[in-house]
Amino acid sequence: MGGFDFSNHSRNAALHAQGFPLPTATSTGTTIVGCLFDGGVVIAADTRATSGPIVADKNCEKLHFITPQIWCAGAGTAADTEFTTSLISSNLELHSLSTGRQPRVVTCMTMLKQHLFRYQGHIGAYLVVAGCDPTGAHLFTVHAHGSTDKLPYVTMGSGSLAAMSVFETAWKGNMTRQGAVDLCSEAIKAGIFNDLGSGSNVDVCIITPEKATLLRNHITPNEREKKMRDYRFKKGTTAVLNQKIITRADISKYVTVHELDDGTPVAAEKMDVDT
Amino acid sequence: MAGMFAGPQEMMGYSFNTAPTSASEPRQHSFYPYTDNGGSTLGISGADFTIMAGDTRSTSGYSINSRHVPKLFLIGGEGPKNKGARIVLSVVGFAADGDALKEKLDKEVKMYKYQHGKPMTVSACAQRLSHILYNKRFFPYYVHAILGGIDEEGKGALYSYDPVGSYEREQCRAAGAASSLIMPFLDNQVNFKNHHIPGSGEGHDLKPVVATPLPKETVIELVRDAFTSAVERHIEVGDGLQMMILTKDGVEEQLLPLKKD
Amino acid sequence: MNHFPQAWGRPRDDIYGHYNSSYLQTANPTQHTQSPVVTGTSVVAIKYKDGVVIAADNLASYGSLARFTDVKRLRKFNSSTVLGFGGDVSDMQYLDRLLNDLDVKENYSHADDEASQLSANNLHTYLSKVMYKRRTDFNPLWNHILVAGISSESEPFLASVDLLGTTFSSPSLATGYGAHLAQPIMRKLVPDEEAVKGISKEQAVDVVKECMKVLFYRDARSMDGYSIAVISKEGIEIKENEKLENQSWQFAERIRGYGTQVN
Repeated sequence: MGGFDFSNHSRNAALHAQGFPLPTATSTGTTIVGCLFDGGVVIAADTRATSGPIVADKNCEKLHFITPQIWCAGAGTAADTEFTTSLISSNLELHSLSTGRQPRVVTCMTMLKQHLFRYQGHIGAYLVVAGCDPTGAHLFTVHAHGSTDKLPYVTMGSGSLAAMSVFETAWKGNMTRQGAVDLCSEAIKAGIFNDLGSGSNVDVCIITPEKATLLRNHITPNEREKKMRDYRFKKGTTAVLNQKIITRADISKYVTVHELDDGTPVAAEKMDVDT
Repeated sequence: MAGMFAGPQEMMGYSFNTAPTSASEPRQHSFYPYTDNGGSTLGISGADFTIMAGDTRSTSGYSINSRHVPKLFLIGGEGPKNKGARIVLSVVGFAADGDALKEKLDKEVKMYKYQHGKPMTVSACAQRLSHILYNKRFFPYYVHAILGGIDEEGKGALYSYDPVGSYEREQCRAAGAASSLIMPFLDNQVNFKNHHIPGSGEGHDLKPVVATPLPKETVIELVRDAFTSAVERHIEVGDGLQMMILTKDGVEEQLLPLKKD
Repeated sequence: MNHFPQAWGRPRDDIYGHYNSSYLQTANPTQHTQSPVVTGTSVVAIKYKDGVVIAADNLASYGSLARFTDVKRLRKFNSSTVLGFGGDVSDMQYLDRLLNDLDVKENYSHADDEASQLSANNLHTYLSKVMYKRRTDFNPLWNHILVAGISSESEPFLASVDLLGTTFSSPSLATGYGAHLAQPIMRKLVPDEEAVKGISKEQAVDVVKECMKVLFYRDARSMDGYSIAVISKEGIEIKENEKLENQSWQFAERIRGYGTQVN
C-alpha cells in the first residue's frame, strides 16, 4: 500500500513542543498565471524559488508536464507541487492507456482536487491547470485544500495580486495567441518586479489542440551585470593539511574503471564560474 | 451549565476557590511596536578613507514600500541638508526607529558644536551613539547601526553597534538582512581570512596573508560586488545602492542602480 | 471573616457562588486601542509633473459589514495638502480634530502669510512624529496615512506614515490592498522620479481611476463610490461623490460552475 509514512509524527510534534524548529521547505513564493485565448490556452510562471528570504534557485522551472496536452503551473511548497503533478501525470497516463482516449483537463483537475482534499491542505500545492482535449481548451486553479475555479484568466502565488492587477486592467474577451502570451508575460513581470517572492525570468507554455510549446526563459529581464573584480584565487591559497593518493588499482577493487578518450572533458552540467 | 454565571476571565479546571485579586487579568497586547523594513548596509575603513553603503529598498513582508529610501545619513552638518558633515550614520532594521535615532544623534552632534565651538570627534560621537542606544535598553531601537568618519589622526574610522549599544571599532562590517551573506565575503576579501601565501610552507606552516589597508578604488569595487551579489540571493535587497565615500576633503555621495526584482 | 482581605465586604462564594470579578473597579494598566474597529480600506496616490492625484473610496467597514457608505477619507489641510486615511475611522476623526487645532493655531500666528504656511512635507513630518510617539507609548493611532501636496520647494510631494511611525516616499503610493493591487499599475507609469516629469494631470487621474476600479473588483472591503483630489500649485480640486465608470464584467459571460459543470 502506497502513501505517506506518518510514523515520525508524534515524535516531531513532541520535539516541536520543546522548541525544536520545523525544517524549512523550499517554497516557490511565486507568481503563476493562465489565460484562455481563441484556440488554446497559455500559462506562465516566474523562475525564483525561495527558502525564507533567501533565493534558493534563480532559474527554476515551475511549469510542470502532466500530459503532452496538459501542463500545470505550481506555487507553494516546491516538493509538493513537484510530486503531486508527477503523481497525477502517471495516473493520467495509466488512465489514458486503460480507456484508449486522450486524457481530459477536467479529469486531471478532478484527480488533483480529490488528492489534495484528502490531505486537508497539508500538501501545500497551489496549481494552475491548463490544457486542450477533445472538449476544447480549459483553464483551472486548484488550491491546496481542494477547491477549484474555472475562469478565463487566473493568477496564483504570492504575486497573484500584482499579476491580477494586470489582467483586470488589460484583459479583453476573444484574445489572440500572441495577445494572450504578451498579457501573461506582463502579468508575470508585474509579479517579478512588485512581489519579493517572485523574480528572475518569465517561462511561458502555449497549448493548442495541435501541440504544446514551452518557451523556457521567454523573457529574461534580470540578467546579472558583470562583476567589478576577479575572484579567482591563486593556486596554493588554501592550506593543504594532508593528502592521500588513491591509485587506480586501489579504486578498481570497488568500482569498474573505464579509460576515457584523452582530452575530451566529461560533459557534466556546466557550472556558472568566474572566468 | 456551570460556566453560565462565571466571570469572563475565570480559569477552568481548578477545584478550589481563591478570592479575586483583581477585576480581570491585564489583556494581552496584540499591538507589536516593531517591524522589519529589510535591506542591508556595510562599511569599510581604509588608511585615509571610510566607505559606507546601503541599498535603498524599503520592504514590508513581500511588498516593496519604496525603491528609494536612504539608509545612510549625514550627521552634524550645517542646516537641514547637513552641509559640510564629516560623520555618516547608517541604520538598518526598523526604519522608524532608525529615523528617530538618526535625528537624536544629529541633534546632539549639532548642539555639541554650538555649545563647544568645535565639531565633535568621531570617537566622541561613537560613544554618544552607544549611550543613546543603551538609554533605551528595555525598549530598544530595533536597528543595527554603523558609524563612519575620519579620526583625529586622519585614518578611516568605523564603528558598529548592536541594538542596545554594544560597540566596537572595526575594519569592516556588514549589517541587516544580507549581513550573513556579505560579512564572510568581506572577511575573505578585506581581512584576507583563509588566504595563504602560495608556496610559503607546507600544511600548517603555510603563511597566512597579512591584511594591509586596501586602496579606495578596490574597496568601491568590493562594495559594488558585495551588493550585486546580495541582490542575487536575498529578496529584500535591491533597487538602488547608496554609497558615501568619506575622506579628509568631506563626503562624496554616489547612487547606483541595482536589480529591481 | 476569613484571612483574605480581598474577600472582605463581598458576598461569600460558598453561599452566593463565585463572584464575577469583572464588576470590580481596579487600578489596572490603562487599556488602549489594540485593534481597529470601523475601518477604511485602500488609499491610492500618484505624482504627476505639476502635482499629485489622490483617491479613496467612501466606505467605512465594521468588520466584514459595509457599515457607513458616505465617509469621506480625504481631508484638505490649508491650500497645499490633502491627507488620505486608511485604517481606523475613529482614530482618523481624532487626527482630523488635531489637525483642525493645528490649522487654527497656524492661522493665528501667520494670518494671510502664504509663504509661511505649513507645506505638505511639514505636515508629513508633524504627523510622523505624532504617530511615532503614539506607537512608542503603546497607544497607536491605527492608521496608514498618505500625505499628498506641494512641498516647501514648490515641488509635488507624496509620502506615507503608518501606525508604527514608519515613513517613506515614492512617485506612487497606496495603502492596504492598494499596495498589492494598485501599486503595480501605477509603478508601470511612474517607475522613478524622472518619469514623473513626463506625466500629465489627465494621465494621472486616469490611472488612479483605473486603480480604484481594480480595487473595487478585487478588494472585498471596497465600494464603487469614492473621493478624488488633485493638488497642484493652482490649488486643490476635490470631488467627494464620484462613481466608478466603464466597469467590465465581460469575463463572467462564459463561466459555468467551478469545474465539471457544463450548463
